[in-house]
Amino acid sequence: MNLAEGVQYISFLILAFLVIGAALGVVLLSNIVYSAFLLGGVFLSISGIYILLNADFVAAAQVLVYVGAVSVLILFAIMLVNKREDFSKIPGRWLRNLSTALVCAGIFALLSTMVLITPWQINETGPFVENTLVTIGKHFFSDYLLPFELASVLLLMAMVGAIILARRDLIPELSQEDKTSTALTLPERPRELTSASK
Amino acid sequence: MTSGIDLQNSFLQSLQGFGLPPGLAKLFWIPLPSILMIIGATVGVLVVVWLERKISAAAQQRIGPEYAGPLGVLQPVADGIKLVFKEDVVPAKADPWLFTIGPVLVVLPVFLSYLIVPFGQNLVITDINVGIFLWIALSSIAPIGLLMSGYASNNKYSLLGGLRAAAQSISYEIPLSLAVLAIVMMSNSLSTIDIVEQQSGYGILGWNIWRQPVGFLIFWIAALAECERLPFDLPEAEEELVAGYQTEYAGMKFALFYLGSYVNLVLSALVFSVLYLGGWDFPIPLENVADWLGVVPTTSWLQVIMAALGITMTVLKSYFLIFIAILLRWTVPRVRIDQLLNLGWKFLLPVALANLLITAGLKLTFPMAFGG
Repeated sequence: MNLAEGVQYISFLILAFLVIGAALGVVLLSNIVYSAFLLGGVFLSISGIYILLNADFVAAAQVLVYVGAVSVLILFAIMLVNKREDFSKIPGRWLRNLSTALVCAGIFALLSTMVLITPWQINETGPFVENTLVTIGKHFFSDYLLPFELASVLLLMAMVGAIILARRDLIPELSQEDKTSTALTLPERPRELTSASK
Repeated sequence: MTSGIDLQNSFLQSLQGFGLPPGLAKLFWIPLPSILMIIGATVGVLVVVWLERKISAAAQQRIGPEYAGPLGVLQPVADGIKLVFKEDVVPAKADPWLFTIGPVLVVLPVFLSYLIVPFGQNLVITDINVGIFLWIALSSIAPIGLLMSGYASNNKYSLLGGLRAAAQSISYEIPLSLAVLAIVMMSNSLSTIDIVEQQSGYGILGWNIWRQPVGFLIFWIAALAECERLPFDLPEAEEELVAGYQTEYAGMKFALFYLGSYVNLVLSALVFSVLYLGGWDFPIPLENVADWLGVVPTTSWLQVIMAALGITMTVLKSYFLIFIAILLRWTVPRVRIDQLLNLGWKFLLPVALANLLITAGLKLTFPMAFGG
């Protein structure tokens, strides 16, 4: 084992330990804010594993999308929704726990059989990709064109929807009689902008 | 074009000349560039702190620091030592773990981003394919640190300050990335080395600033907002906000926030000079001049001069940008939070999108001038 392999091996061990430890923390800790921060840690460690697998673009994208966007969104959601609620006693609660345990065990069994039956031997003499970006781009515009376009259209729809929700121009005036039916309307009124008040 | 000094090989060979095995020599080499870069970044911060005091003093017709060393050069060092020796207070009801990790998470990604800053052909820690993308990705970690420190302070002003700071960094990251994307499209590469090389050859005329007149403005505005510099320093506007997310911080943890913000300023200026001002490129195409004078590009003294000039040019350009940032601090009034968000989402984002679209069109129409 030379220096590079040793460094790789030790980095992999550290990263694997970090991923598993942080993931366990996400599930087991009772403080939801800790869980959210640890989730960011899990995403970061996974991006480290991507780097070890020579997937530099995916690693950077993982940091940008998952750590920079998803974790921050989760944190925003947790910190803005400040609702403390005492759990009441539910009579058949053991049934819920049991079914959750069954589902988890099933997924675990499925994943472990997948791990065990997959032939992990990779062809080491395969083509070494010099510039991953160019390869990814070529795939996007040839054999993966449909998923790529579908994903972009979906994201565009999400963005337009978010802008429409945020502008709140389309909410009709609330009249006195239908004050109770707030199922399809947003409860808030469009806010007067400070600059528009004069 | 593979000119420039091969520092790594020379270092390894000289170490092996002392009788060290190659693996051990490599082990000595690996941490060296990173340590050099960290020292350089820290010294850069000290210089910026001093410059900020001196320039703002000049802008207000004061003298500024003058007792610590000649012209007050040692003032930032004195500040640093003072902050080190201050008591490190953790409030009683704060969350001690998150309170400690928060500032670290703000500072670490910024230092890590120095990986991709080139000072010359081979004077860069790593030349990776996704260089500039890595910088954007790393700068998106900082909001987590801000949220963490805001939450951990157990204080509503800090929590609100943290949320505001995170919202600011997120909203200005998108125009920033779009402005960078236009450059990337023109250079056909995300690697910082390639971006500089694509601009070199015609001296000052080839720099991207002429081809991206809107892009560099968007980039600089967004970069100032990312660094929380003055027109956009809402998260830490001390006199109006109970100091935002750093209300409860003292001593070295507080210093870490300031260190992070100043290192980020230096880094943004460096990246700006790489993206728009030709990086280590001299305003006159020196390679051609050497060619006319009949000097072979592999001559060792020429290489040393070119490397030194490269470092000097990069640093000069970025300090010029820092000077502009400090002047901006004393000329532009601070924006309000709704003005800040409006500027980011309703003005910078559409302009950046249009800029990207126009760049793509120009690239297809004039592939000669816009990197076909």
